Amino acid sequence: MCKDALNFLWSPRVQHKRNPQLNKNGELIHLLSTEGLSRTLLTHILDTAANFVSVSDREVKKVPLLRGKSVFNLFFENSTRTRTTFEIAAKRLSADVINLDIARSSASKGESLLDTIAILSAMAADIFVVRHAESGAPYLIAQHTAPHVHVINAGDGRHAHPTQGLLDMYTIRHFKGEFSNLCVAIVGDVLHSRVARSDIHALTTLGCAEVRVVGPKTLVPTDMSQMGVKVFNNLEEGIKGCDVVIMLRLQNERMNGALLPSSQEYFKGYGLTPQKLALAKSDAIVMHPGPINRGVEIDSAVVDGPQSVILPQVTFGIAVRMAVMSIVAGNDA
Amino acid sequence: MNILIKNGRVIDPCSTLDALRDIQITDSIITKIGSPGAESLEGFKADLEIDASQCIVAPGLVDLTARLREPGYEHEGMLESELRACVAAGVTSLVCPPDTDPVLDEPGLVDMLKFRAGKMNLTRVHPLGALTKGLKGEALTEMFELAQAGCIGFGQAEHSISNTQVLQRAMQYAATYGFCVWLRPQDYHLGQGVAASGALATRLGLSGVSVAAETIALNTIFALMRGTGARVHLCRISSAAGVALIKNAKEEGLPVSCDVSINSLHLTDQDIGFFDSRARLTPPLRQESDRKALQMALLEGVIDVLVSDHDPVEGDLKSLPFAQAKPGASGVELLLSLALKWSAQHQLSVMDALKVVTHNPAKILHEAALNWRTSSVLGTLSSNAQVAQGVGELRVGGVADICIFDPNAVWMVKPEELKSQGKFTPFAFDMGGTAMPGVVKFTVLGGELVYSRD
Repeated sequence: MCKDALNFLWSPRVQHKRNPQLNKNGELIHLLSTEGLSRTLLTHILDTAANFVSVSDREVKKVPLLRGKSVFNLFFENSTRTRTTFEIAAKRLSADVINLDIARSSASKGESLLDTIAILSAMAADIFVVRHAESGAPYLIAQHTAPHVHVINAGDGRHAHPTQGLLDMYTIRHFKGEFSNLCVAIVGDVLHSRVARSDIHALTTLGCAEVRVVGPKTLVPTDMSQMGVKVFNNLEEGIKGCDVVIMLRLQNERMNGALLPSSQEYFKGYGLTPQKLALAKSDAIVMHPGPINRGVEIDSAVVDGPQSVILPQVTFGIAVRMAVMSIVAGNDA
Repeated sequence: MNILIKNGRVIDPCSTLDALRDIQITDSIITKIGSPGAESLEGFKADLEIDASQCIVAPGLVDLTARLREPGYEHEGMLESELRACVAAGVTSLVCPPDTDPVLDEPGLVDMLKFRAGKMNLTRVHPLGALTKGLKGEALTEMFELAQAGCIGFGQAEHSISNTQVLQRAMQYAATYGFCVWLRPQDYHLGQGVAASGALATRLGLSGVSVAAETIALNTIFALMRGTGARVHLCRISSAAGVALIKNAKEEGLPVSCDVSINSLHLTDQDIGFFDSRARLTPPLRQESDRKALQMALLEGVIDVLVSDHDPVEGDLKSLPFAQAKPGASGVELLLSLALKWSAQHQLSVMDALKVVTHNPAKILHEAALNWRTSSVLGTLSSNAQVAQGVGELRVGGVADICIFDPNAVWMVKPEELKSQGKFTPFAFDMGGTAMPGVVKFTVLGGELVYSRD
């Protein structure tokens, strides 16, 4: 008797939750990851950024889009470059910028993440730019802020660094035009890299023909192939015929442990030298999210060489962050 | 007190009885089970009549892993709140792991816990003692004295022993007295991640616990069992590869039993969704192929028991980034429903569902208690670790621990309505949880009505 009564209960569980970075009209209210954003939306962000690039060349480098808004830079993990570019971007949009060195203040006094957010919300924040050492922390914050408050992920653990991903896309589009014919190789410590993950989601969504990840087995998870990329453990094979080479930073603490024996040996196997770069297409561009470790993952001759677009990346980064802030600020939950 | 339970469909997996029966209870003992209206039942004067029509009358459930959070974590769960949750779920016997604060490694602590729980008279509590002092994996506890104080076995809860020599000696020592060792197989070093290794953990950037963490630990345990002769109960298996190893070990004849949690039986790592800390669990939720293997293993008897892995966690400790959030979920109130759900998914009978939460776990308890008393080098001992006769079954002369539930009623898991002090469960309706079959109406413990829904 019971068996029949339970028939309707067989249905599998359904994840019905909406992507938390979009409102019910599919508009961007937070930027937490490049995953789950449509091609249209990604292209819209890049197009908006293109309009902001020229702002930096004006005599008065400001537009009034965020006048009267407060942007809180919340860096639970140290950063100079990303925090500075966010600050410049917000100021060029005429916002008030408040930089909080959380790592040295409230968190070290034992205040919980959500308490910090509640206190700062009470100071009438409009946008939180968050960097945190734990994957997923910005999702937690986004779930606990008022509907008019926007959260931008400036890097969470190994999970995502979406504005870096977007500025990489902007750079590739700027130099290569289209994604559909491109082969992009991401080289280095993919396991710990939030940049790699954000790049991969954006590239696969934008229709990039081939995305490769290259590195030793300790730094490239085999499950990566399920994200739509090809895994290579040999640098020469991995960059052969590529249009774009994205080098990842190898953090000091990974160098002398169970992951890698030494930085010298790593450079021999996976350091990008002019000779190895010659295996890529002759017009290939070389990118790096910075900070660069010369002689560890990349040779100085490549950093300073004609194929390097590392400095334009930084410039475009400001425009892309302006675009993201102006877009999320214009959408309500 | 005399109780008459009438007109119910009595299902007892031990005797495989499934029929309309009336049950007479005198004092704490079942005195008669007979067809409704049978002559033999006449002349019984009941102080209390329970009408069980439309309901199933089953043995009280036996949960082999439920944390009561006392002593030490009273803000997360009190003995009383958690035991009330147990009886509301039809659970009349439970085993609680030693990971309290202080750890259950002193006989006095066990005495106190048994005494406090016994006074409440809600669910029989069988504590596991710590296998090593402070669960640190270094020095052995006074197992003999702990057993006298009432420990049913010895385990490490979530704290794997990294030093294999200590584990070997602990198993040797436990085997000396015939104690059962309860271990969750997980390699200490490989078990440091926060989600199961796989595509989801890689995508979300969460550190992974590989299947090898479980299989390496299982192989170690089996090798040590062969050398030491220890009996082992394996707690909360999580992977298909682990199941395969256990199947081999059982075929080899090793004295091993094992259980799976309601979480691993029904959920996968996909339920983590967007970093939902309610799905932060140990062992971590694995992939669909693992879940399927666990369901089949429970069906085939490779896995003996389904446990709730009840672990109430306080709100502040779940409102943290995923990796920092405390693992654990409330589960005891879902145990019956999720057993029924599993059986329905595989076209099994209600009897099959009840077997893995009554008869099978009770068998492990009885064996554990019996084994150490008879094989003790010091002869027969009096101990608090006794398991009452008839726990996990319905028979004349057995103790009257009974769960009466409506199998056709359906409910949704609304956290605020849970009786447990822990309100976090990955089966919550707003996490996409589906309807739960089966609602407990009455619970009888030792001949006393300890829960009535209305």
